[in-house]
Amino acid sequence: MTLSAHDYGKSRSPIALLLQLIGKVSIPAVVALAIISVMLFLPTVAVFQKALTENWSDIWRIATDSVAVSAYEVTFVTALGAACINGLFGTLLAWVLVRHDFPLKRVVDALIDIPFALPTAVAGLTLSTVYSPNGWIGAFFPDAKISFSRLGVGIAMIFISLPFVVRTVQPILMDLEKDIEEAATCLGANRWQVFFRVIFPTILPAILTGVALGFSRAVGEYGSTVIIASNLPYEDLIAPVLIIQRLEQYDYTGATVIGTVLLLFSLVSLIGINFLQVWGKRYEA
Amino acid sequence: MKPRRWKIELWVLNFIALSYLALVLVVPMANVFYQAFKDGMEGFWLTFSNEDFRSAAKLTITVAAIAVPLNTVFGLCAAWVLARHRFPGKAIVLSILDLPFSISPVVAGLMIVLLYGRNGWFGGWLEANNVRVVFAFPGIALASAFVSLPFVAREVIPVLEELGKDQEEAARTLGANSWQTFWRVIVPSIKWGLLYGVLLTNARAIGEFGAVSVVSGNIAGDTQTLPLFVETAYKEYQTQAAYSASVALALLAIVTLVAKNILASATKSGEKH
Repeated sequence: MTLSAHDYGKSRSPIALLLQLIGKVSIPAVVALAIISVMLFLPTVAVFQKALTENWSDIWRIATDSVAVSAYEVTFVTALGAACINGLFGTLLAWVLVRHDFPLKRVVDALIDIPFALPTAVAGLTLSTVYSPNGWIGAFFPDAKISFSRLGVGIAMIFISLPFVVRTVQPILMDLEKDIEEAATCLGANRWQVFFRVIFPTILPAILTGVALGFSRAVGEYGSTVIIASNLPYEDLIAPVLIIQRLEQYDYTGATVIGTVLLLFSLVSLIGINFLQVWGKRYEA
Repeated sequence: MKPRRWKIELWVLNFIALSYLALVLVVPMANVFYQAFKDGMEGFWLTFSNEDFRSAAKLTITVAAIAVPLNTVFGLCAAWVLARHRFPGKAIVLSILDLPFSISPVVAGLMIVLLYGRNGWFGGWLEANNVRVVFAFPGIALASAFVSLPFVAREVIPVLEELGKDQEEAARTLGANSWQTFWRVIVPSIKWGLLYGVLLTNARAIGEFGAVSVVSGNIAGDTQTLPLFVETAYKEYQTQAAYSASVALALLAIVTLVAKNILASATKSGEKH
């Protein structure tokens, strides 16, 4: 008995089992898993853990105090407005880039990606100058205060979320067969009918995906918005700036609770965008 | 033959779309260069001998030199695992991989403070061992690596999926080991996607503002990166310095985009052969 137990231990010791397991799992898998755990999973858990050290009534009180609620309103409503404006003009831009020809089209097409590549601090700096009362564009609107107001925050959000709709709609429009449109025209549809009955339903999932991506990006934006805003509570203070202000006052709990609200929003929007993309592929094999 | 009215409508659509682009993007971009050079080259060059500017540029380059290789190795590993394997929870891993894109950079910075700050999870241990992460170089490097984490994986996954595993398996059957298969079979096929991913990682790591401003403390000459230098200079009414530094950062963005377009046409001509 003892001998067989000894033998058993020899061939299946925990260390041998562990080595066997490591032998099966490849090095890339170990590296990927380790970095995802340390860089993504652990930090996310840390935010929730810190928020939950408070009791629920305190969390609720901090998350819904009047400055925070007005910051959410400014952030989410302005971001949604910016995303919808880009939904409209982004679709138009994608259409123009796919279907029309004009000089310097390739340059214009490349310019669309600038907000992805330009550091946001530079975007905030130049937008606040251009849209200030003495700026190139602000000078045309002397009565409207654009820079250092909520309008300016909206402009910054439009800038940073501009490429999303264009880049999601463009490939769908390229794949759209002209035959279908021509068939519709031959069957007697006028151009409005062709657009609303044939083209629009096909590109709608892509438009919504682009709007959702842009909205999610605009909600989290900090670099360009903090520079163009005056950051006054109840006026143009956005949630990410409020987090920074709380951190500067060493109010880690306050910062974490508002950070948790934004983090939950990001997680929900990731899931929502996944569903939109699945919906967009519903006609694919 | 298109009717005349159709043509006019085309012109109107073009005009509206391009005016929008000009208002939101082209004019502000042109303004960066105008403001930097409007008082001549002297003011522009003066910024480059500014001590704070130099130290900020040095810090930013060092941060990128750490974040880019780290994220490239991670991105290759993650892309290979996600493109070649099916496992439970894969959809969750794919979603969480996108978290740095969807999360506010400020929350990313907050995460680092909550883990490595004085009262954070590892704060006590770090302090006992005399290691400073938050308000020091490691925190800035971590923040930049976090926000640029998914780019390489996101660019390489679709290329690997399209490639299929036939070639890899053929190489293995012919006796190549993992290392040889990686360098001789996988890398040559994914090189353009990989390079583009690396470029995007680099642009984001250099340009990151929100996450870095939470963890850096923004001490000029010490923990101030180039984007933080731009904001600080602007706030202190050193507009010339802010715009000169902005030109450096904007050129980086333009180089990234030009390279992207070259890479895209390289991929296309590769497909034709």
